[in-house]
Amino acid sequence: MSFFGECKRIYSEEMKTRISPKITAQPTRGLVDEKIYIRVSNLIPNEKITLRCLLLSEDNDFWHAYGLYISDDKGVVNVAEDVCLGGSYTGTEPNGLIWSLKPVPGSRPALRLRKHNVFTPFLLNISVHKGHINGDFKDASSLALTVIERWYISPGVSRVEISENYIHGTLFLPPGPGPFPGILDLWGGGGGLVEYRAALLASHGYASLALEYMSTQNTSINVNNIGIEYFEAAIHFLKSHPRVSSEQVGIFGLSFGTSVALNIAAKGNRISPRCLVCISGSHAVKINGTIGDVFTNLKEEGGKIMVDENNHFIWKELILPRLADPSKKVKVGNIKCPLLLIAGNDDQNWPTVDSARDMENMMKAAGNEHLLTTLIYPKTGHLIEPPYSPHTRFSNFISAFNQEKVVVLWGGQPKEHSFAQEDSWEKILHFLYHHLYSSSIGLSKL
Amino acid sequence: MSSLTTSMAQHLIKSVKVFLRFCRRQDDMEKDDPLWQPLTGAAERSFSAVEDLKSENETRISPKIIAQPTRGLVDEKIYIRVSNLIPNKKFTLRCLLQSEDKDLWHAYGHYISDDIGVVNVAEDVCLGGSYTGKEPNGLIWSLKPVPGSRPALRLRKQNVFIPFLLNISVHNGHINDDFKDACSLALTVMERWYIAPGVSRIEVRENGIHGTLFLPPGPGPVPGILDLWGGGGGLVEYRAALLASHGYASLALEYISTGKKSTSLNNVDLKYFEAALHFLKSHPKVSNEQIGVFGLSFGTSVALNIAANQNRISPKCLVCISGSHSVKIDGSLADVFADIEINTGKSKIDENNHVIWREFNLPRLADPSNKVKVGNIKCPLLLIAGDDDQNWIAVESAKDMENMMKAAGNEHLLTTIIYPKAGHLIEPPYSPHIRFSNYIILGEKQKVVMLWGGQTKEHSFAQEDSWEKILDFLYLHLYSSSSKL
Repeated sequence: MSFFGECKRIYSEEMKTRISPKITAQPTRGLVDEKIYIRVSNLIPNEKITLRCLLLSEDNDFWHAYGLYISDDKGVVNVAEDVCLGGSYTGTEPNGLIWSLKPVPGSRPALRLRKHNVFTPFLLNISVHKGHINGDFKDASSLALTVIERWYISPGVSRVEISENYIHGTLFLPPGPGPFPGILDLWGGGGGLVEYRAALLASHGYASLALEYMSTQNTSINVNNIGIEYFEAAIHFLKSHPRVSSEQVGIFGLSFGTSVALNIAAKGNRISPRCLVCISGSHAVKINGTIGDVFTNLKEEGGKIMVDENNHFIWKELILPRLADPSKKVKVGNIKCPLLLIAGNDDQNWPTVDSARDMENMMKAAGNEHLLTTLIYPKTGHLIEPPYSPHTRFSNFISAFNQEKVVVLWGGQPKEHSFAQEDSWEKILHFLYHHLYSSSIGLSKL
Repeated sequence: MSSLTTSMAQHLIKSVKVFLRFCRRQDDMEKDDPLWQPLTGAAERSFSAVEDLKSENETRISPKIIAQPTRGLVDEKIYIRVSNLIPNKKFTLRCLLQSEDKDLWHAYGHYISDDIGVVNVAEDVCLGGSYTGKEPNGLIWSLKPVPGSRPALRLRKQNVFIPFLLNISVHNGHINDDFKDACSLALTVMERWYIAPGVSRIEVRENGIHGTLFLPPGPGPVPGILDLWGGGGGLVEYRAALLASHGYASLALEYISTGKKSTSLNNVDLKYFEAALHFLKSHPKVSNEQIGVFGLSFGTSVALNIAANQNRISPKCLVCISGSHSVKIDGSLADVFADIEINTGKSKIDENNHVIWREFNLPRLADPSNKVKVGNIKCPLLLIAGDDDQNWIAVESAKDMENMMKAAGNEHLLTTIIYPKAGHLIEPPYSPHIRFSNYIILGEKQKVVMLWGGQTKEHSFAQEDSWEKILDFLYLHLYSSSSKL
């Protein structure tokens, strides 16, 4: 053996005293809404260690979460069972390392974690470190490391760009001959074409159309040209698709998307969705003409816009006065399909809880309240996203209709908001299955 | 008299009605006609016509197949549940895969949906097909080439960075093997991976070693495994990739090149394997103490030779599958194979013209000079064999090794597991059982069909059970026992 080989061997023997700990993290390649299981073994028993989860976003920002643990007598830490003593979360939190992700110290401010390309996963680096480290991992080398992938799309789902009949969006189709139930997936006033939730819904068996209706770049999607007919055309598109069931099409909305969904459902024409999922929105946004008109009305409303001590905008009282004026509200008494309404009571962006109560009253008066299921989550903010999405209490926002960049306060506390995301998603999937998959059995023709 | 039948007439009238509805102007609509509400634009009208026709033809929403994990490692159990089926009806579940060699493999099971239209593979009884009974993983371990395939195939992954894609489909009725005209009611796709995220693949071509190193992510040091396959030769990576996914730096070593002439084996002797072990130990991310050897078939013989050889490269533990101590490596492998092949003329041929090597090796056990001195082994040894191994005398060898180690006083190191009705190719779990396959005998260039043995159900159980025990054994001796140092 060569001299250098000999040197390398001696060096190695001195340095390599003990085998590294072993991290088992599962699922190795899961969907983003799957729970995680993390267990570290071969640690020194009864020692302080820190578990860390690190992710690099597509925008090249680092996000991390960490928890302080003590290994047991056998040198094991089991995140599902052990108590986290501090860090990004505390207590027994099996999924804490993912839902408590925040930008690392020194990051650009007011970030929000959103996936652009659904065909690549988020890569989560799970590492274990000696001692209890508080937030600053710059000089902390890891004892062990493993990697898991988190996907918004399951194998076999296809992505189809839609630019026909002036609809602009992306259709995600589950694999197989169909026919599948369809979902029109609507985001809010931030605009753009956001695909990840539609991809995730398709991974659960729904032909999902993520629809762009407010563009920051695409000038053909001009809010001054778009009215309720645009969304109806999108639903028509879904219903006529050869692999989509024309009867079983629902609408999934968040924020302004919820208002759109309610407007469509209350219209009482043959564009009748089979069911609605309405998150963090309000019926106090009536769409009579174009979306542009709607926003003009909002601006002229004169409702209160507040700013907190950090200069973050609080918009929740902007449309509050409308709740007193029936002419400004969608006639939810006309809705003929089941409606799942979800809101957070710390929503600082829209008056979602007050709207939910008002809708309940209107539907009671109209006699259709049996269609309504309301879920109000405590200490939960506006951005109720798929589970384990990092809670974002405030973030940069450029409204598609006035192009100003501000920081908007969404609200919510991380632990409760994360619970709301986890719990609501489970209920949403059950609701969708019940109304779009299994209720069709009653309609099967001989 | 009309030549139209009644049903044709009815259909015609229906079509005319639809057409007329389509043509009628909006003003003429009855306001409570469910099909026609005030609409704007001609586009909506044409959409509605399409929707009308669709709802005439559509019967029901497709069944929903949940198959998990969506992207699992190949040794993970699967969970398949179909819902939204018509209750109490016959269905066939099918798993279809296309190999990298472009062959189609499939497995299928006959089920009956329950009262709520659900089939749950983990809980329901399969009534026939590729497997029967309650078999949660039957759709993967019972994979076989589809009818009409090339004969004597074996499913082996070449590129570990691409998963196997499994198409899981459900079909009406109980279909027997021929799915040519059977359209599926629903379909889903699962990926099966041999490598976990973060594992790196490094080609090793140094110190005369030819192999591929798979390194787990992280700073290490991690235990190392020398991964040895058998006489089929070549560089087979998938098991080393899988072991690395479980935390072991694993070196898949090529020692019989299928490309070159067999005379190159003149250069391969025990020193080659020792150099490979040395490479592992010296790697900065690999422990210099916690190195094991994992062998199958001839690889087992190599492992035993290394361990019994009194030199300083002593492995910390051995996993020995389907092999024998009755192959002593004194000189080059060329000598060893020449020695074995003297007797290949005595190999048997079964009624299908498949070659059985088992018997001709039996005489070797009677001669101590043939056999590795397993009494010298100083590390724990996990010995795994199938009692229907038609290729090697694995079971007889196991018994003989036990006797030798008893006599030498080191039998406390030995754990033997003999699986009934399991054959020679005990692979990672859910690999399709291969009872026989094409094989090129070393140095002969002729292609034969080798009989490996085993019955599918029992062999698949052996793969599943042994792998679990192997992983526990490796963890005990390579990970956790280091804390006692």
